Amino acid sequence: MRHLMSPLDFTVEELNQLLDLAGDIEANPDKYAHACDGKKLATLFYEPSTRTRLSHEAAMLNLGGSILGFSSAESSSATKGESVADTIRMISCYADICAMRHPKEGSALVAKEHSSIPVINAGDGGHQHPTQTLTDLLTIRSLKGRLDHMKIGLCGDLKFGRTVHSLIHALVRYPGIEFVLISPEELRLPGYIRHDVLDNNQIPYEEVVRLEDALPMLDLLYMTRVQKERFFNEEDYVRMKDFYILDSKKMELAGPDMLVLHPLPRVNEISVEVDKDSRAAYFKQVQYGVYVRMALILTLLEIEV
Amino acid sequence: MVENTLTVGSISEGFVLDHIQAGKSMDIYKYLNLDKLDCCVAIIKNAKSNKMGKKDIMKIECPIDFMDLDVLAFIDHSITINIIKDQKIVEKKALHLPKQIRNVIHCRNPRCITSIEQGLEHVFILTDEEKEIYRCKYCEEKYNGRHSRK
Repeated sequence: MRHLMSPLDFTVEELNQLLDLAGDIEANPDKYAHACDGKKLATLFYEPSTRTRLSHEAAMLNLGGSILGFSSAESSSATKGESVADTIRMISCYADICAMRHPKEGSALVAKEHSSIPVINAGDGGHQHPTQTLTDLLTIRSLKGRLDHMKIGLCGDLKFGRTVHSLIHALVRYPGIEFVLISPEELRLPGYIRHDVLDNNQIPYEEVVRLEDALPMLDLLYMTRVQKERFFNEEDYVRMKDFYILDSKKMELAGPDMLVLHPLPRVNEISVEVDKDSRAAYFKQVQYGVYVRMALILTLLEIEV
Repeated sequence: MVENTLTVGSISEGFVLDHIQAGKSMDIYKYLNLDKLDCCVAIIKNAKSNKMGKKDIMKIECPIDFMDLDVLAFIDHSITINIIKDQKIVEKKALHLPKQIRNVIHCRNPRCITSIEQGLEHVFILTDEEKEIYRCKYCEEKYNGRHSRK
């Protein structure tokens, strides 16, 4: 039985198969409409989430399956002190597969160790968020036609942003990848990722502070939100939150094929005027998130259509 | 007793841990859970050493298959382990960093699931042998609370 804990759980070959399947689902949704008839997905969300929970649920519903679960710790037995290990044992009796989000790091691994059904890590604190990475990879591959030979700008909170860290881990496995790391000094990519992941894999990268300097050379710009909950004082957050704002004027500096991705939600780091730009791919990214989760559910349940 | 020396009798079966960094023997006593074992333990603190200046020595009388000493490599490489049987050294054990350390050290990351989930073992995995880096199995946080290792 397979689970998904980290984006690196899949080899590049397995990942390609998963993305191929997601591509086929996009092209032929009817073919998969009853693939999960009679199957149930449990969504165990110990903290609020809009996109991640709904996209998992939409994915299962699109496959003909049904859903059950809870959307906050307050509406679960966690308030009575039930452990993750006990909850997953119980859920294993109710559902065929589950997606779990929990604020503590490593919680998904605890669930995996005690589960008799496949577990999808839908975010374990600041640790991993593998389905977001799968979403990003499918979006890039679908819209760029490849996952290799690209110059990718990562902009914003590179220090705490787990989506950025996971994406770097996933992309360094492809040839010809270069990164431009765009962040204020305070939010630079942590040293252990620069050294252990980029340097050790001989991945070229440069660090810049000004977004304008990076835009002309990028094939792809991945924007991130500066998250208020990561800061210890309001003053630092306020100073950082408006550091990068992508607007139409800055987009003029970018090439005609440069895609803009964002894991959402955005606050103000991408002006709404950019939404109309054909290079803005962040809402398409949401749709790809459903396709890739459909492919993931089929893969983990070992259902072939 | 010769002046300024302390004599500790030999053991018939067990371990002699030599070249322990001075003052660290009580840490080892704790890590090996010797307080919970019903065996004879002698701890010699600040013994004179030509090589180290001062060192600690421990003698543990117990069956030699009784305890896993690999964890000592995590605490201090330089410790020498002599395995004793019939009052003789039968083997000098080389220390290798254990691939996994279970319930010896605890994850200090307050965001780790081990901080709230009852009954979870604290497991650390050796992720970089060269740099001697251990990471929590659950949150992958690096363990930074090394004792005698530099």
